[in-house]
Formats: sequence, C-alpha cells, structure tokens
Amino acid sequence: MQSNRRVFLKGSMAASAVGLAIGAGLLTPRAVMAATWPAQAYDTKGFDESLKDLFGASGPTESKDITVKAPDIAENGAVVPVTIESAIAGTDNIAILVKGNPTPLVCNFKFDGAQPFMSTRIRMGKTDDVIGVAHAGGKLYMASKQVKVTIGGCGG
Amino acid sequence: MSSIKMRISAAGDVLDVKSLIEHPMETGRLKDKATGQLIPADYIQTLTVAVNDKTAVEANLSVAVSKNPYINVKVPGKKGDKVTITWNSNIGKTDTQTETA
Repeated sequence: MQSNRRVFLKGSMAASAVGLAIGAGLLTPRAVMAATWPAQAYDTKGFDESLKDLFGASGPTESKDITVKAPDIAENGAVVPVTIESAIAGTDNIAILVKGNPTPLVCNFKFDGAQPFMSTRIRMGKTDDVIGVAHAGGKLYMASKQVKVTIGGCGG
Repeated sequence: MSSIKMRISAAGDVLDVKSLIEHPMETGRLKDKATGQLIPADYIQTLTVAVNDKTAVEANLSVAVSKNPYINVKVPGKKGDKVTITWNSNIGKTDTQTETA
C-alpha cells in the first residue's frame, strides 16, 4: 500500500514535468500584433536573431559603461527586478534579454530625450544571465549579470 | 479607475516616473487548473511615456515582463509638466493616464 502510493506520486510528478516541457515548447502564441510591436524580434528563439530583428545589428561588444542591476539570488523567477543604465553617449535604445527563456527578448525601451535608464520586473525560467544591450550610434554594447533563480517563472 | 498608477518626483530638469500597471500579463503558456484549457495570451506590447504630449520613451514589452508591470524611467521635464502613460495590449486593449508632476 505504502510503496504503491510512492510509485504513484513519482509517476504523476514525472508526467507533469513532461506536460510542462510540451507546454513551453509548442504553444507560442501567434496573436494579432500591434503595428509598432516588432513581433519577429519577440517571437524568435535565438539571441542574435532577436537583436538583428530589433536593431538590424548583432554581436554586441562588452562594455563597462552599461550597468545591470539585478539580485544575486531571485527566489521567485516570476518577479526579478532589473535596472539597466547606459553611460554610453548617444544611447537611444536599451533592451533586456535572457538567453534561457523560451523567447530571449524581454523588453526594449526607446529613448527620445529621456535618460538611458530603465527599471522593471521580469520573468526568468531558470538561473541565467540577465543581459542589457544598449544601442548607440548604430552599434550594440552589452553587459550582463547572473541571477540564480530558485523557482522558475515561466509557467506551471 | 485607471489601471495605471504613477508617482512622479521632480529633480532639476528630470522627472523620475515610477509606474505600476494593473495587468495579468498572461503568457499563453499557463493552463487553467479548473478546466485544463490554456489561458490565452494577454499582455502589454507597447507602452509610451510622454511629457506635455511629446513622446519621451517608447517601450516594447513581452510575456517575459512580470504581471502588474512596474516601470521606472527618467524623462525630461519639470514640476507642473504633464506626464502621460499609454499602453496597448496584444488583444487590442488600451489604457492611458495623465498626471501632473
């Protein structure tokens, strides 16, 4: 009786893990997109592809002039506070990317007279680098910070 | 009742705009536990912050932004200026809110 119960629990846990994998892989929503929303950049699963779709350039160079503020350990991957600031002259766009997420591009902010600073809260599926990419003068610069995620925030 | 809450603090010629938006930011990957059906995606795609009707920040968000998004930006302006935040979602919903710094 006791051992049967163990087996059943194990079985159902394994089944739900499989369900999660399928849910994450197959069910990318293809909803009607707003005109200005760069759908392709946000739909693609590749890091370089999303940068290329968004900025028309890829292969950002590492820069110390970008500050990525995020916690060392995030207990809840559904709410990870991230602040990105760029000290590079002429920064007109900042994007946040997380390579391990189902779609890497999280958000991007285009600045029109505002300071190249943004702070928000993002979802992360697992422990990963939060990458801040700044677009300045047609070139891309990046900085990253690793965040350890205890509980993933991509679904359940 | 607007879904957008704003707090603006002026420092010299910069307005620090902190905003909380009430929105579920559904990813389209979650299942409704009661019915087993997928909850359709419903998330904010574009968000603009304007000062005195002039756009200062144009943001694109995705499902990877947490629900009830918190947005903090620093826009040019001084006390008395009008700050407007507008969002549009993937299912065509929209909301806007204007507050005076």
